[in-house]
Amino acid sequence: MHELPQQLANGLILGAMYGLIAIGYTMVYGIVQLINFAHGEIFMVGGFGALTVHLALPDGTALLLALPLMILGGIAAAVAIAVAAERFAYRPLRGAPRLAPLITAIGLSIALQQAVWKWYPDAKKARVFPQFKGESLKILGATVQRGEVFLLIAAPLCMLALGLFVARTRTGRGMQATAQDPDTAKLMGINTDRIIVIAFAIGATFAAVAAVAAVAAVAAVAHGLKYGQVDFRMGFITGLKAFTAAVLGGIGNIYGAMLGGVVLGVAEALATGYIEEIPGMSQFGGGSWKDVWAFVLLILVLLLRPQGLLGERVADRA
Amino acid sequence: MRHRPLLLLTTALTAGALTLSACGSRDDDKGGDNGDTGGKKTTVVIGLDAPLTGDLSALGQGIKNSAHLAVTNANKSNEVPGVTFELSALDDQAQPTSGQQNATKLAGDKKVVGIVGPLNSSVAQSMQQVAQSNTVALISPANTTPDLTQGKDWKQDRRKRQFSTYFRTATTDEVQGAFGGKYAHDQIKAKTAYVIDDQKTYGVGLAAAFSTQFTSLGGKIAGTEHVNPEDRDFKAIVSKAKSSGADLVFYGGEYPAAAPLSQQLKESGVKAPLMGGDGMYSADYIKLNKKSAGDYATSVGKPVEQLDSAKKFIDDYKAAGYKDRYEAYGGSTYDATWAIIQAVKAIVADNGGKLPDGARAKVVEALNKVKFDGVTGTVSFDKYGDTTNTMITAYQVDGNVWKARHSAEFKR
Repeated sequence: MHELPQQLANGLILGAMYGLIAIGYTMVYGIVQLINFAHGEIFMVGGFGALTVHLALPDGTALLLALPLMILGGIAAAVAIAVAAERFAYRPLRGAPRLAPLITAIGLSIALQQAVWKWYPDAKKARVFPQFKGESLKILGATVQRGEVFLLIAAPLCMLALGLFVARTRTGRGMQATAQDPDTAKLMGINTDRIIVIAFAIGATFAAVAAVAAVAAVAAVAHGLKYGQVDFRMGFITGLKAFTAAVLGGIGNIYGAMLGGVVLGVAEALATGYIEEIPGMSQFGGGSWKDVWAFVLLILVLLLRPQGLLGERVADRA
Repeated sequence: MRHRPLLLLTTALTAGALTLSACGSRDDDKGGDNGDTGGKKTTVVIGLDAPLTGDLSALGQGIKNSAHLAVTNANKSNEVPGVTFELSALDDQAQPTSGQQNATKLAGDKKVVGIVGPLNSSVAQSMQQVAQSNTVALISPANTTPDLTQGKDWKQDRRKRQFSTYFRTATTDEVQGAFGGKYAHDQIKAKTAYVIDDQKTYGVGLAAAFSTQFTSLGGKIAGTEHVNPEDRDFKAIVSKAKSSGADLVFYGGEYPAAAPLSQQLKESGVKAPLMGGDGMYSADYIKLNKKSAGDYATSVGKPVEQLDSAKKFIDDYKAAGYKDRYEAYGGSTYDATWAIIQAVKAIVADNGGKLPDGARAKVVEALNKVKFDGVTGTVSFDKYGDTTNTMITAYQVDGNVWKARHSAEFKR
């Protein structure tokens, strides 16, 4: 088990990024039971938003100075697209069968990819994203790249901020209320309350969509710093992995999403590193099998805990 | 809805597959319509298939532009009297299924006398049969997998031509990988190599040819790994390569994955350079990889910049004002297109100045005999449909550009 601290660090860092995006799937699902497949593309748009700010700044601006502005730019782009999507693509379908918004989300995902492909300058191939200069850092026997430090700081901060937002603010409590069955509230028979519930539902969904888009933009900046590139397809695979992480952690739970992301990332790293060292398993190890092992893990967890790692057993909706 | 998570998972996978397959091909090509002005002139179409979008589009756009340039030049100089050439370019997004659809579409157009393309060996595999059953010539400027021309038993030297309609102006991975193995051993002086491929036809073939030559010269393979071409996070593999202590890491694959792989290798403290083939030899590799200095790539032919025969091509390309560079396959694409034009010229001359009936089959025959001085050197095809030009060049990243280090013909 050589290089174990390094492989654990690799998995933790990758998992933190999955987790940041997984929060978006989990919160939107918790409130409106919609699997927002376009969330990976919201993440991608956030990356291009940050890149746009970087290109607009004068050459030679120190990255540390530019970074806050780039994050703001990414958040602005991601939130704008997410809010527009909610308003024009999802809200008209509220009350429609569940399959309709799901298909809409898939369509939106393709549309956003193609829109960036078509209209963002030079986005037909990967665009270069700025990176921190200098050597990598040594932390507890593992080499960590400078850009990854940003991710390691941003991931817990974003998660805690969102958690507090949901638990402590009025809008956050509105989200929780909406996440519980709004129909039951209506059945209680008070018409004025019904209006309030609907208003809450709309406002809370809106706020949730905007909040998770902002987090996705932070993840996108982290992705850019880590890999030095953004491209129009980067949201697709990462989005699928993040969605898997959300299910693994227990869909609907913010902390579960982060835990699911980290578990998934570490599982991938360990599967790549060590499966082939198990006698008789050399055929099934290495990078080509890591996704298989990640999904084996997911299925095992779901067999033992169908609600996911931190998910709560919710009353079934009819 | 007790099994909601499982249901969700199924939905996710289905949706993923949907999204992938829904990325249909499209093309915003405006190149190649020179118009049929005379009325007496016959118009023939040269088809083209390359990844014009997606992460290999840098190479694909260079291919399209270079073919367009050949067609434009032929029309301008009236290369074949009485015949006007047109280019019909389709996008395959580096997907075998799209490539096959494009081949079917082009073969269905009676004016198409030959097809230039594709870039990817895996795409070629899906197009060859379509080209064969429609007797239309398919000339790739970039396919390097030996099996495409010589069959899967080429390693045992039981070579057999696979398709009479398939040709290529790029030499094979057998030659390129072997050149790479020899270069790594003799010039880089590497004793051990860690070999990674991307599980695609091209990457696997190149890595295998490299390993064979490298070990036969006395080098040792310190380990092997496989990655998914869409991956951008290679940290787990990088850690394994690092602990293997290899002098050189070889990657069989293309630059979109090679660039982050190389960068992550160096960030984790690996001193060994990354080496690859023509799929890595792209200016974008250096742009996307801040730590590319010292990395190696081999590519087919001599650098076009060093060839006298290529001067006109480079000047013309610049003058035409294309937005994208000609990249690694510009010269070989120009030659592939020009080979079709020369074949048409030969059959028109044989038929008293008119395009004969059944032109497609005659073009295929004429291609076997075609010989001219092209951009990359003398262009002709051997009995398998392979180019007779086996020149390979090794490049190294130096001062943020690929510098040619060593060129040689490689004999099997």
